[in-house]
Amino acid sequence: MLQKSNLDRRVSIKALLADRSDALVVTGLGSSCYDVGTMDHPRNFYLWGGMGGAAMIGAGLAIAQPKNRVIVITGDGEMLMGLGSLATIGAEKINNLSIVVIDNELYSETGMQPTHTSRGVDLAAVAKATGFIKTATVSTLPELKTWIPKVYSSQGPLLLVIKVNTNRHPLSIQLRDGAHIKNRFREALFGVNAFD
Amino acid sequence: MKAAKKPESEATWPLEIYEVLKKIRIRQIAYVPDAGLSVLIKACHANKEMRSVSLTTEEEGVAMLAGSWLGGDRGVLLMQSSGVGNCINMLGTISECRFPLLAIVTMRGEWGEFNPWQLPMGQGTLKALENAGVVVQHVTDAALLGETVFATGTMAFQTNRAAAVLIGQRVVGFKDWSK
Repeated sequence: MLQKSNLDRRVSIKALLADRSDALVVTGLGSSCYDVGTMDHPRNFYLWGGMGGAAMIGAGLAIAQPKNRVIVITGDGEMLMGLGSLATIGAEKINNLSIVVIDNELYSETGMQPTHTSRGVDLAAVAKATGFIKTATVSTLPELKTWIPKVYSSQGPLLLVIKVNTNRHPLSIQLRDGAHIKNRFREALFGVNAFD
Repeated sequence: MKAAKKPESEATWPLEIYEVLKKIRIRQIAYVPDAGLSVLIKACHANKEMRSVSLTTEEEGVAMLAGSWLGGDRGVLLMQSSGVGNCINMLGTISECRFPLLAIVTMRGEWGEFNPWQLPMGQGTLKALENAGVVVQHVTDAALLGETVFATGTMAFQTNRAAAVLIGQRVVGFKDWSK
């Protein structure tokens, strides 16, 4: 097994989203939602449910918005629930989609039970096997920083696993109403035409 | 025994539905194949203005169509009734966010079915969808399918609701195993 990572999840997210420009972000539920909430933006779509759906929401969005980069930021448990979607995205070769998995090898929300990534399941290898163009696993900040430009501009689909430590952080986002999150996102993209 | 129905390749409703999908500006097609949907799926794939995506499970399509709407595209989910059971939790996201969603479902397990394993989900399809907050139209007359898809799709996208058209097994036809 890999040596445990010392990287903090919030440090990773801050580095990842510091220069996000026009990118569209979809989160998975749980800790990845709260992490991205510390960097709130109207172009963020937060999932508070629908476990396993983040990657495919990103896929539909990326197909609809081919000129924008779509970045799905989710956790290892959420990604494991949607493994089939990696096959769909790999087969479709959705080239403006990047998936970033914040991997602490635990289900943090439900009592820190280990996920399969703690027992050798390699999400980057799965993505590569389904046809993702670029995949990697990083576990230090310098390594992560070399991958951030690729997340925003390499031909996708791309999947980056960021191995992080098991630190938990306070819930940092109060925005929970799904209809509001959706409408805010569409308004950011389409202005007054969002409600046509 | 009278043959069930004309083979789907001779029926006109699949291409009538295809024309309606174009008319209501559907851009993304998410599907898990079903024999009854094969003509429609083929037509959608041939249309370069549509993106037709084959899924590993129907639940992916519910999520994909949420993403398509976020990005300004209208979409449709095509599946067999057995796939409805795979969608239930993700339909909660559609409901909470008031995403519009149009699903077209070919029915099994309700009319002349030969496979007993199709009965539990087939008989539960309509109730499961309604329990998940989906407006359901169940059509057993092929002549009504085009206008039903038009009305259901129009309502879904204009009211931000999930809606499904169930295409009855009576329309799709069934295998007559008595011969």
